[in-house]
Amino acid sequence: MGAYIVRRLLQSIIVIIGVTLVSFLALQAGGDPTYLFVSERASTEEIEATRRALGFDRPLHEQYLGFVGDLTRGDFGQSLSYRQPAMEIVLDALPATIELTLFAMILALILAIPLGVLAAINRGTAWDGSITTMSMVGQSIPSFWMGIMMILFFGLYIRLFPISGNVPFLKPLLAGDFGVAFSNLPRTLYHLVLPGIAVGTYSLARNTRLVRSSLLEVLEQDYVRTARSKGIAELRVLVHHALRNAWLPVVTIIGLEFGFLLGGVVVVETVFSYPGIGRLLFAAINQRDIPLVQAGVILLASIFIVLNLLVDLVYVRLDPRVKLDGGRG
Amino acid sequence: MSEVRGDVAVLENPKGSGPQSELRRAARVMVAARWPVFAVIFLTVAAIAATLGSWLAPFDPNRQNLVLRLADPMTAGPDGGVFLLGSDALGRDVFSRLLYGARVSLTVGFAAITVGGTIGIVAGLLSGYFGGWLDDLIMRLGDIQLAFPFILLAIMFLVVLGSGVWNLILVLGVGQWVTYARIVRADTLSLREKEFVEAARAMGDSTLSIIFRTILPNILAPLTVIASFNVASVILSEAALSFLGLGVPPDVPTWGSMLAESRDTLVANKWWLAVFPGVAIMLTVLSFNILGDWLRDFLDPRLRERT
Repeated sequence: MGAYIVRRLLQSIIVIIGVTLVSFLALQAGGDPTYLFVSERASTEEIEATRRALGFDRPLHEQYLGFVGDLTRGDFGQSLSYRQPAMEIVLDALPATIELTLFAMILALILAIPLGVLAAINRGTAWDGSITTMSMVGQSIPSFWMGIMMILFFGLYIRLFPISGNVPFLKPLLAGDFGVAFSNLPRTLYHLVLPGIAVGTYSLARNTRLVRSSLLEVLEQDYVRTARSKGIAELRVLVHHALRNAWLPVVTIIGLEFGFLLGGVVVVETVFSYPGIGRLLFAAINQRDIPLVQAGVILLASIFIVLNLLVDLVYVRLDPRVKLDGGRG
Repeated sequence: MSEVRGDVAVLENPKGSGPQSELRRAARVMVAARWPVFAVIFLTVAAIAATLGSWLAPFDPNRQNLVLRLADPMTAGPDGGVFLLGSDALGRDVFSRLLYGARVSLTVGFAAITVGGTIGIVAGLLSGYFGGWLDDLIMRLGDIQLAFPFILLAIMFLVVLGSGVWNLILVLGVGQWVTYARIVRADTLSLREKEFVEAARAMGDSTLSIIFRTILPNILAPLTVIASFNVASVILSEAALSFLGLGVPPDVPTWGSMLAESRDTLVANKWWLAVFPGVAIMLTVLSFNILGDWLRDFLDPRLRERT
């Protein structure tokens, strides 16, 4: 167990180093990055001065070590458009993104479990057929289009939910302002409904299929047949024998889920003018504010990696059958 | 084994291995499942739109008509033509733009999985056949890439490289190789020890010939399943990136960029601008997903666990 944790930790550190290397190389991939930092009318002297000031005249490996050195000191560079430390801006937008991601994730899990179970225990019936078809469709809808359609329908046509913005809950909570946080909560959730559904639909569809297939597999196992033949009630067989083992694949994907959700969050935030990291990244992309893009990407990637690490460790505790020495290959 | 269809008894080829009986079985599984038939029909239509779009389109997709802006679907356009699906904020024909959009989506989808598939297959073959440090290196590289949310990787590179069809294909393609490499590696590992590979080795075939002529043809079938699902997810990513303005240059109509433009007129309830491109993406992606499901059931139901 101890050795496994150490190896997974080391692996995660290597991956985070990989992330910094990729973010660094991405900046270099388009040729001399100096031109991103100067105006189009800059003189040759200005360009030369900027190049030296930002260190782009040094050899690549030196530049990379300098970049990583800055990162470890928490210095992600200055945002070109805000003229503020990039990480401060990104961290400021993080709570809103976490609220949206969590909301979508919980929504996807809470609905996926009953739907998947319903489909599995009614295998081959109309229930199963419509749930599987719906989840196939759900996996084929681009999250941002889902968002646009919901704005059109719920926001403009029947005017049921707000179509933009966010009422902060985590931010006052983290600042210790519990009164504000909890009085905000109902409106926070109200604003999260539409973007949350848009982000969560793909995951909901995927999880439903996963719960269904995982439960179907478990239901065919000998111990389930044994339990049934002992005369145990079907509901008890389902809850105590089958679902317990069907959890495991579901737990594994919760970590990966974050990665899938992120893809949706970045674009859906833009659709709903939701003030999180996604919309910030979108604006930074359009203004070619590379340090801000780097800070956002590195932060989100690191969260993803740490979550995956935690999920792996939880998984080992949940399932004693997991081989600790063979890795996951 | 025989099966009665109407008044015709279909006898299965006793060996069940002839190419003709395989095709017939494929068709039968497809018709029985019903949905794959619709998927094939829709994808055929999309493929025709992608290849012949320039002849089929009633208007030049970039032709602006400032007088006929935001025209409702089925209203008269210029030169006696009809805006079948309406016109956009610059008076361009939505239907013509949709046809051209099919070209970008399908080209990028297929080209990206060709890039990703080729890299992944070669990496997986080398990894599985030679093992050792090479295997370790390739698989750890894959782990690192998968630990990185793909969309962020794509955003980062496209911001710097700039938009364009080739950059899009490259980034989306490189994003896919790990999936192929892992499956090819596992299959190569088990095939490496099989008698027919031993035989090729004993007959003095070169290592390259064993890998690419003896092993490769035997692992291709399951990859078609992965490829089908993969085209679906690549098309979704392409749409998202185009929506963010990171796809192809603005003068090329794509479904994703049409949706991005539709947001400005959403409040004015110009629904056709937002509905049709989205439906096109959804149906294309859905068709590839259905096709993937069908291929999987047809080839080997046991594959379910791996995808």
